[in-house]
Amino acid sequence: MTGPFHSVLLIEDKCRGCTRCIKNCPTEAIRVRQGKARINAERCTDCGECIRTCDNHAKTAITDSLDRLKDFKYTIALPAPALYGQFGPDVHPDRVLAALIDMGFDDVYEVARGADVATLVTREYLRAHREVRPMISAACPAVVRLIQVRFPALIDHLIPVDSPMTCAGKLAKESKSREMGIPPEDIGAFFITPCPAKVTWVREASKRGFSAVDGAISIADVYGEVFRRLAAMGEPAPRRRASGAGVGWGGSGGENAAVGLASFVVVDGIHSVIDVLEEVEMGRLADVDFIEAQACVGGCVGGALAVRNPFIAHVHLEKLAKGLAGPPAFTPEEEEDLARRARAGQFDMRQDIAAVPAFRLDQDVSRAISKAEMIEKVVKDLPGLDCGSCGSPHCRALAEDIVQGLAVDTDCVFKLRHQVKVLAEQLFDLARKNPSAMSAEGKSELEAEAERREG
Amino acid sequence: MLLECPVTGEDFQAAGEAAARLKRTLRQLGIDAATARRAAIVAYEAEMNIVIHAFRGVLSVDISPERIEILADDEGPGIPDIALAMQEGYSTAPEYIREMGFGAGLGLPNMRRYSDEFHIESTVGRGTSVRMVINVPSKGSLA
Repeated sequence: MTGPFHSVLLIEDKCRGCTRCIKNCPTEAIRVRQGKARINAERCTDCGECIRTCDNHAKTAITDSLDRLKDFKYTIALPAPALYGQFGPDVHPDRVLAALIDMGFDDVYEVARGADVATLVTREYLRAHREVRPMISAACPAVVRLIQVRFPALIDHLIPVDSPMTCAGKLAKESKSREMGIPPEDIGAFFITPCPAKVTWVREASKRGFSAVDGAISIADVYGEVFRRLAAMGEPAPRRRASGAGVGWGGSGGENAAVGLASFVVVDGIHSVIDVLEEVEMGRLADVDFIEAQACVGGCVGGALAVRNPFIAHVHLEKLAKGLAGPPAFTPEEEEDLARRARAGQFDMRQDIAAVPAFRLDQDVSRAISKAEMIEKVVKDLPGLDCGSCGSPHCRALAEDIVQGLAVDTDCVFKLRHQVKVLAEQLFDLARKNPSAMSAEGKSELEAEAERREG
Repeated sequence: MLLECPVTGEDFQAAGEAAARLKRTLRQLGIDAATARRAAIVAYEAEMNIVIHAFRGVLSVDISPERIEILADDEGPGIPDIALAMQEGYSTAPEYIREMGFGAGLGLPNMRRYSDEFHIESTVGRGTSVRMVINVPSKGSLA
């Protein structure tokens, strides 16, 4: 396989070619061809919108199985803060962490703790870099990919700081390796994820040598196992180290609350995120310091792999985060050490966020311009109803597909109907034309009558 | 290629559509992101000026591999004192438009700042015409 890996994929047998998904895809990455949806790998951001809209459950996400734990001598679970919101508002993180250990992980390192680190590094970055505003959080991988694909001019606005997951993986492996005297490559760190885009991110980054996280296991896959263990559990060991603010990252607004800037925007749901990014691209919002943008409604608790209703999970998470208020996440020494490492670029992920020119019509600008001119011509000839019956999301997208040789104009049912009508009229006209050698008997009575009157 | 988009005064619902269409096209052409963004910003400001101040107008954009030329032509009240209108913060937009977050007096200055060539002509009682050029850097000169 050559193209980029994607967690989100289609189950062909289940797809009925209904075209519902194509209309809702934020990067117009899906087409229905030969009765089946096809996802364009260059454009897909793994946001999970299609998984949510498909009534036939034909879209799914590939995640890592628990079997992969066997590949490592020592394993660490990296539970997303969103996992805590999946149970009750009174289920303490320590109980969830104990359940993960009982399931077979050797240790746990909370991604909420990674969020505490990311909070600190983000603050440091924003303090040191004031040239570009607003700065956009890079914690949501679907938003990052959306910017790479659709808003390449905004890459400079992304805060190039490792996500909480990556911070957690790095620090977990580091400290375990030191503590146990085992090489980091023998340690497997597995993110417990609400999000298919994170699965993609881990796989794609590993091709570039990323090793802080080795796999991503779906929350949906561990939910039952954890839930079962919660009931039977005695008093759990105190493993929780994350602050309430770190836990809060799992829901929309939590990240901003943790970073604590006065001038900010919080936006969730990929279509709303696009609206805000359009504004930023137009040079507006320059008086805003920080944008927390999350592809899922409700933030990570709304991820396509989460189990509970995102609004309920969000309430659970907020209550938990408040209850965990306590001493600061780090001692002054730890804080100084992290700030020093941040300044040395140890939490910098700039190399992972290059532009992806997935919309380009041609490598050559002149040829691209002629294609764009043809598109303008073709689109004028289409009905403009944006019905999606052709398998492209709207008429302009069909025009683009036609010019790129990926569709034909009769894929449009209205164009097809029009052509059938023209053809029928031609047939009718031809049927009326009698060779002069033929007698009037060949004509219908009506036609003969009409001719007598005209004559 | 030439893109022509009619713009209607006071139509805040449709405001920004012309600039959005330009953005989509530039992304498809593979014009570098920073240049495309400058073009989109000046087109947007020009479009908003027509929406805020004029009765109607046309935004036309001529794109070649070397340059993007944007022409905003409107029928409207015109600008009596162009030098004054070019000053940052100067605005004749009514209060209700400022409340919508527009009319901060940055439109024309931004259009001049982000374009490589900027010309403006106006006749009071007839309308205003703004012509802007943005040069597209050749591939070799890009980092």
